[in-house]
Amino acid sequence: MAQQLAAKEPTAEQIAEQKIYRQFGVTDSEYERICELLGRKPNYVEIGVFSVMWSEHCSYKNSKPLLRRFPTTGPRVLVGPGEGAGIVDIGDNLAVAFKIESHNHPSAVEPYQGAATGVGGILRDIFSMGARPIALLNSLRFGKLESDRVKYLFSNVVAGIAGYGNCVGVPTVAGEVMFDEAYEGNPLVNAMCVGLIEHDKIQRGVAKGVGNPVFYVGPATGRDGIHGATFASEDLTAESEAKRSAVQVGDPFMEKLVMEATLELINEGIVVGIQDMGAAGLTCSSSEMASKAGTGIELYLDEVPQREEGMTAYEMMLSESQERMLFVTKPEHEEKAREIFRRWGLECYKVGKVTDDGRLRIFHKGQLVGDIPVKALTDDCPVYHKPSQVPEYYIRNASVDTMAYEPVQDLTEALKKVLGSPSLASKEWVYSQYDYQVRTSTIVTPGSDAAVVRIRGTRKALAMTTDCNARYVYLDPEVGGKIAVAEAARNIVCSGAEPLAITDNLNFGSPERPEIFWQLEKAVDGMAEACRVLETPVIGGNVSLYNESEKGAIYPTPVVGMVGLVHDLDHVTTQDFKAEGDVIFLLGETKPEIGGSEFQYAVYGVTEGRPPQIDLAAEKKLLKAVLGAIQKGLVASAHDLSEGGLAAALAESCFGRGLGATADWSPGIRADLALFSESQSRMLLSARPEKADELEAWIRSQGVPVVRLGQVGGENLTIRIAGETVIDAHVEELRRPWKEAIPNRMK
Amino acid sequence: MKFAVIVFPGSNCDLDMYHAVQDTIRQEVEYVWHTADDLSSYDAILIPGGFSYGDYLRCGAIAQFSPVMAEIKKAAEQGKFILGVCNGFQILTEARLLPGALIRNTSLKFRCHPVDLVVENNATAFTNAYQKGEVIRIPIAHGEGNYYVDEKTLAELKANNQIVFRYAGENPNGSVDNIAGVCNKAGNVVGMMPHPERAVSELLGSSDGARMFESVLNAWRERNGAAIGR
Repeated sequence: MAQQLAAKEPTAEQIAEQKIYRQFGVTDSEYERICELLGRKPNYVEIGVFSVMWSEHCSYKNSKPLLRRFPTTGPRVLVGPGEGAGIVDIGDNLAVAFKIESHNHPSAVEPYQGAATGVGGILRDIFSMGARPIALLNSLRFGKLESDRVKYLFSNVVAGIAGYGNCVGVPTVAGEVMFDEAYEGNPLVNAMCVGLIEHDKIQRGVAKGVGNPVFYVGPATGRDGIHGATFASEDLTAESEAKRSAVQVGDPFMEKLVMEATLELINEGIVVGIQDMGAAGLTCSSSEMASKAGTGIELYLDEVPQREEGMTAYEMMLSESQERMLFVTKPEHEEKAREIFRRWGLECYKVGKVTDDGRLRIFHKGQLVGDIPVKALTDDCPVYHKPSQVPEYYIRNASVDTMAYEPVQDLTEALKKVLGSPSLASKEWVYSQYDYQVRTSTIVTPGSDAAVVRIRGTRKALAMTTDCNARYVYLDPEVGGKIAVAEAARNIVCSGAEPLAITDNLNFGSPERPEIFWQLEKAVDGMAEACRVLETPVIGGNVSLYNESEKGAIYPTPVVGMVGLVHDLDHVTTQDFKAEGDVIFLLGETKPEIGGSEFQYAVYGVTEGRPPQIDLAAEKKLLKAVLGAIQKGLVASAHDLSEGGLAAALAESCFGRGLGATADWSPGIRADLALFSESQSRMLLSARPEKADELEAWIRSQGVPVVRLGQVGGENLTIRIAGETVIDAHVEELRRPWKEAIPNRMK
Repeated sequence: MKFAVIVFPGSNCDLDMYHAVQDTIRQEVEYVWHTADDLSSYDAILIPGGFSYGDYLRCGAIAQFSPVMAEIKKAAEQGKFILGVCNGFQILTEARLLPGALIRNTSLKFRCHPVDLVVENNATAFTNAYQKGEVIRIPIAHGEGNYYVDEKTLAELKANNQIVFRYAGENPNGSVDNIAGVCNKAGNVVGMMPHPERAVSELLGSSDGARMFESVLNAWRERNGAAIGR
C-alpha cells in the first residue's frame, strides 16, 4: 500500500493513535470493525471512504431495522427500495418512478445552494433510472415566520428550488410549507421528483460485466461537498457555519445537459448500469454499483477531471461536486456513448473498470491508494438497535384537557386568524416563483389538495402530493404517522386518483436520544400500518436524522410523498365550489379533537394534548366511496378536511371562484370545536343539485357517515351551528388574511 | 406549412411549442438543433423558452452566437414568420432582430402565473386572428421579462405600431409602457414574454394562445394564395 503523497495527511498509524477517525463520526468500535474487515489499519483515503459509506445518510445504520417494517411490495411495484427510485406500473407499458430526498443540513447553512442542489440530486435519482422527470414537489419547514433569519432561509430556499427546477425545465407542481418554532434552527428541505418511464427502459445501478469500462460524465470534480454525507449525519451547531465547504454549488444548465444526454444514452440501449454521484460522490456510486452486481471496481483517479490543482485521492473520493454520473457500458459502445455526450457539449471519461474480485481498488499517480472489499462498505456497516424510551412530554400530555379551554366567542375572527396563519395561508408567494407549467401537462396547478399532471397520448394522469402534519406526529408519533399516510391518500382521492404508493422522508432528531428513537419507531409503525391498510407500499425514501440545533430537536416529521393514478381525465376533480346552487356534503364523523390543530396553535398559542385519532378501516371506506363517486361523475368539488377543520375547508372551497356558501349543521358539540376540530377521515364534497340525491345515497351505501351541509351561493360564507349563525362574512373578507399572510411578512 | 422549433442546449419549452403546433393547427413541425445551417425548408421559425445556455450571463447573450442565428436573420430578412417566446424573445433582442432588451423583473423574483394581455396590434403574422383591443389570458413564467427601451425607441415603436401586446391590469415585471410583446417593422418577427404555447387548451386553463398559431397559418395561406385552401 502506497503512502499518501500529501504531507498533511496522517498515516494509518497516526489515524489509529490519535483516533483521527472520530472527526469523521466513526466510533472506536466501528474503527475496530474496519480494521478487522481490512485485516489491517485503514489509511487516510480508506478511513474517509468508510466514514461516508458508514454514515447514517448512506448506511441507514440506525434506521434499517425500522425501515424493514414498511410494506414494500404490491402488484404494481416494479422496483422497490434500494435503487435510485422506486417504480410503479400504471398500465400501457408505462410506469412512474418517484422518490423524495432531504437537503436539510446544507439548506440550514447555505439556503439557496442547499435547496437547489437538493432538487438537482433528486432529479438525477429519477433520470438515472431511465425515467423522464415530469414533475417536482417539495416539503418545507421553517421556524416562525417572524425573525429575519427565518425569512432569509425561507426566501432563499424557495429561490433555490425555483432557480434550479425552472432552469432544468421540470415543473414544480406541488408542495407544503409549514412554520413552527420547532424548526427555528433547523429548517427542513425535502424535494421529490416524479418521472415517467416505459417498462423496458428501466435501469439499475449495477457494474456488471467483468472488463467493462466505467465512465464518468459531468463537470469536473472540485473540493466542494467533501464529507457532505457525514455533515448530514450530525447535529447542527455553531460550528456548522464553519462547514460551509460541505455545501455544494449547483449548475442546473449542466444538469439539463447531463439529463438529456443520459436519457438519450439509455434510449440507445447501450447502458449496462448507471448511478448518479450523490451523497459520498464517487465513493458511494462506485461501491454500490459493484456491490449490487456482485463485482469489483477499479478506479483510476488520474483520469477523473479535476477542477482544482493538487487534489488528493481522499478529496476526489469524497467530493460531492454536483451533476455527475457514473455509468458502465460495453467496450464496443464506448464511441457511441462519447458521440451522444459530445452532441450535448459533454465529455465522458473512462475512470475505471469492472473486476471480478469484489474489491474497490483506487489508483492515483500510479499507486494503489485504497483497497477495500466492496461488501465491507455496503453490507458490513454495523446496524444499531438504539434504546427507545417514552418521552416525558408524551406522558404529561395525557392529562391535558383541551375541552377545558375557554370557548371562543367570535368565530369569524377565529377563522380569520386560522386562515391567516402562515402554515395554512395561501402559498401563492411561494409557488408563483416556480415554473409549474413547463412541459404543458400540469392540469391541476399548485394550491390544490394534489397536483395533477396529464400523460400525453393517453387519457390518464398522475396526481401527486406531499404531506405531514408534524404536530400530530410530535403529540403521538404512531397516530401521526398513520395520519400522514392517510391524509396524503385523501388528497390523492380528492383529485380523482387511485393512490398507488408512497415515498417517505423521515426527518427526525438524534437517534442517540432514546425519546427521539421512540418517536422514530412509533411513527414508522404507524406509517407502516396505514400503508398496509390503504395498500400503498413504500417504494423508496430517505432518512434524515440529527435534525437538532442548539434549540433542541425538530418535531418528528415523516413526510409522505404519494402518487396516484387518474384513470381518465374526466375524473380530475378540484376543491373549489363550481356553481351556485350546488349541494354541499360533509363526509365522516366530527369529534371535539383540537389537540395539535391549527386552531389550538393560532388561537391558544400551544401544541398539546393528544392529536385527532384515526380509524384506518373507516379511512379506507371513505376513500373508496369518494373515488367511486368521482368516477361515477357525481362530484363537482372535493376537498380534504385537514388543518383548520371544516371552517377552513369551506372557506378554501369558496376562494377558488369567489362563490359563497351556506352551511347549517347540528353536530351536537360546541360550535368552536365543531368548526375547527381536525377529526380525521372527513371530506367536503359538492354536487350539482340534480346529482345530490344519488351522491348522498351512494356515500351512505358505502357505510360512510354523510350530512347534507348546505349549498353554494351568494357572496358570504355563512355557517349556522344548531340554528345559530356563528360565522357570516364576505368571501373576500376571509380571503384577505389568507392571501396576505405571507406576502405581508415578506415585505 | 412547415414549422421549425429551434432547440438550444438549455431550451425547455421546445416540447410545448412543438405540441402547440400539432394540437392547434395540425401542421408539420420539426425540432431543429441550434447548430443547423439551413432553415430554407421551413415557413415559420419558433424560438421557444428556456435557459438557452444556462443564461448565467445575460439571457440569450450566448445563444445569439449559435450557428443557427445567421439562418434566422436571413429568414427574417426574407419575411419568414418568426416567433420568439420568453427566452426566445430575449434571444431575438440580443440578436437585434427586435428592439429593446429584457432585464430582471422589478420584484427580483421569478414569476409564474396567468396574466391578461391587451392585443394592441392585430396586423402581425401572429395576431391576425385576434381583435384589436381584445383581452386574452396567457401565462407568464420568467425572472427577466422587464422590457426596456429608451424613450426615443419607444416613440418609434408606437409610431410604427410595433407594440403587439401590453399587460392589462398589474404590470408583472416593470416593463416600459406595460409592453409584453413587440414586432419588427415588417410585422413578420414577433417576440413576447408570455407563453401562448401554454394556453392552447382549456385543460391547461386557457386556450387563448391557440389563435396565435391560427394567425400564422392564415398569414402563410394568404401569402401563398388561396390555392392551398383550408
